Amino acid sequence: MAQAITVKDLVHSYGGKQVLRKISIEAGEGQIIGMLGPSGAGKTTLISILTGQLMPTGGICQVFGKDCRHMNGEDYQKLGIMMDSFGLYERMNCFDNLKFYQMLDGKNTDDIDPVLAQVGLSEAKKTLACDLSKGMRNRLAFARAILRRPQLLFLDEPTSGLDPMTTEAIHEMILAQKKKGATVFLTTHNMYEAQKLCDHIVLLNEGEIVESGSPQEICRRYNHQKKIRLHLVSGEDVQLQHDAKAGEKIAAYLASGTLETIHSTEPNLETVFMELTGKGLDK
Amino acid sequence: MRYHIKAILWKQIKDTLKNKTILIQFIMFPVMTVIMENAIELQNMPEHFFANLFAIMYVGMAPLTSIAAIIAEEKEKNTLRVLQMSNVKGGEYLLGNLIYIFVICTLGSLVIGLAGGYAGKTLLTFMAIMAAGHLISAVLGAAIGVISKNQMSATSLTVPVMMVFSFLPMLSMFNETIAKVAKVIYSQQLHLLLQDIQHPELSVQCMTVLSVNALVILAIFIFAYRKVFAISR
Ligand SMILES: Nc1ncnc2c1ncn2[C@@H]1O[C@H](COP(=O)(O)OP(=O)(O)OP(=O)(O)O)[C@@H](O)[C@H]1O
Ligand SMILES: [Mg+2]
Repeated sequence: MAQAITVKDLVHSYGGKQVLRKISIEAGEGQIIGMLGPSGAGKTTLISILTGQLMPTGGICQVFGKDCRHMNGEDYQKLGIMMDSFGLYERMNCFDNLKFYQMLDGKNTDDIDPVLAQVGLSEAKKTLACDLSKGMRNRLAFARAILRRPQLLFLDEPTSGLDPMTTEAIHEMILAQKKKGATVFLTTHNMYEAQKLCDHIVLLNEGEIVESGSPQEICRRYNHQKKIRLHLVSGEDVQLQHDAKAGEKIAAYLASGTLETIHSTEPNLETVFMELTGKGLDK
Repeated sequence: MRYHIKAILWKQIKDTLKNKTILIQFIMFPVMTVIMENAIELQNMPEHFFANLFAIMYVGMAPLTSIAAIIAEEKEKNTLRVLQMSNVKGGEYLLGNLIYIFVICTLGSLVIGLAGGYAGKTLLTFMAIMAAGHLISAVLGAAIGVISKNQMSATSLTVPVMMVFSFLPMLSMFNETIAKVAKVIYSQQLHLLLQDIQHPELSVQCMTVLSVNALVILAIFIFAYRKVFAISR
C-alpha cells in the first residue's frame, strides 16, 4: 500500500536560494508526523509543496502515491489543510464559513454543528469571523480543515501564538483526529508539542534534516552522559554514574529520607537540536 | 459544477450584504439618478439626461470595481486557494462571480431606467444596452482582479481604467476632441446609443468598436482565467 507521504531527495530554491536540501521522509498512515525546526527552516515551504501549492525545484514528493505536482480536486478531497495564510470570509459568521464549503460539495449542513462543537465554537456559531479572537480563528480554521473528514491532515504551526488553554484544546483535537484513523503532518517550533503529539519527528534546520525518529528514540540516541541526577530534600543536586553502584547510593538516600526526586540526564529535543546545529529552536 | 456556482452565488450574496465598499458601488448611481431626475429640471435639457449620464458611469464603474475587489480580496486572503482545493475550476469561479455582478447591476440599471422615465419598449432597449456594457465591464474587472496580487494593487488598476470608461463619455459632452477620442471605447458607443434611443442604430462604427473592445477584453480574460489558480514556483 502507498505511504501517506513519500518525499525523496526533495529540493527547493527560491530564486537562487536553496531552502530545502535533499529532504527524504516516509510517513505511514495513522501516524502523527512532526517537523520540528526554527523559523526559516523550510517547514511552510515543505507543506506548500506537499499540498500542491508550490512547484518544487526537484525530487520526489507524493501524497498517497500521487505526485504533488499534479494534484486534482479528487486528491484534495482526502486532505485537510490548515495554514496561517489561508484566510476566512471575514464578513460571514462561523456557521456560514463552513456551510459554504459544504455547499460546494453539494452536501447538506448536518455535519457543521457537530464539527463546531468539536472545536468549541458552538456558542460563537453566529459570530462574524472578523469578530473572533485569534484562538477562535484558529479553531474555525481547524474546523474547516476537518470538515471533509480528511484522511491526511496538514497543519502548519497549528498552535503558534495561542494561549495555553487553546493550545491544549487544539492538541486534543489533533489526537482525536488520529484516533479516527487520520494521518497528521504538522510543523512546530515547540518541542513540547512535538514530544507530546508526534509518533515520528523530523528535525529540520536550514532546509536539511538533521535527525529523525520517535521522540524517545531521538532523545535516547543523544544520551551521551548516561548519568542519573538526584534532587535532595535539602535542595542540593547530586549526579551519579549510570552503573551498578548507583543503585546502592540511591537506596541509601531513600533509606535516609533525604531524596526528593530522581531524574535521568537524557536530553530533550531542544538540547539534541542544540547539539546538532549549535542553535536553539526559537532562533 | 452546478453546486459550485450556486455556492459561490450564495456566498457572494451573504458577503456583499455586509461589504459596504461594494454595496455602495451597486446603489450609488441608481440612487443619484432617482434624486437628480426628480429634483432638477433644467431648460433645454435633453430627455433622460441624468439617467443616461449616470447609466454610463454605472456601466464603467460598478461591475468593474466590484468584481475586481471581490477576486483580489480572495487572492489576498488565499481563500481562492481553498476554493481550488475544493475542486472549484477557474471558469466556474469567474462565472459565478460574473453572474452575480451581472444580476445586481441589471437590477441597478432597472432603477436608473425607471427613474429616468424609460418605459415599455425603450426600457427594454435601455436594459439591453446596459447589459452589453455590464458584461464587458465585469469581464474586464474580473481580469484585473485575477492579475492583481492583493486589493491594493487591484484598486490602483481599477481607478484609472474606471476613470477612462466612466468619465470620458461624460467629458465628451463638453469637449469635441475628447468626443473624438472617446469614440473608440465601448462605454462611449453605448452612451451614443442611449442618447439616440428612440431610433437606435447599430452603425458600422458602433459595431466595430463594440466587437473590438469585447475581443480585446475577452483575450485578457482568457489569459486571466488561466492564471486564477496558477501555482507559484
Ligand atoms: N516566496 C518566497 N520567496 C523567497 N524566499 C522565500 C519565500 N518563502 C520563503 N522563503 C525563504 O525560505 C526559507 C524557508 O521559509 P519557510 O517559510 O518555509 O520557513 P518556516 O520553517 O516555515 O519558518 P517559520 O517557522 O518562520 O514559519 C526562509 O529563509 C524564507 O526566507
Ligand atoms: Mg512557516
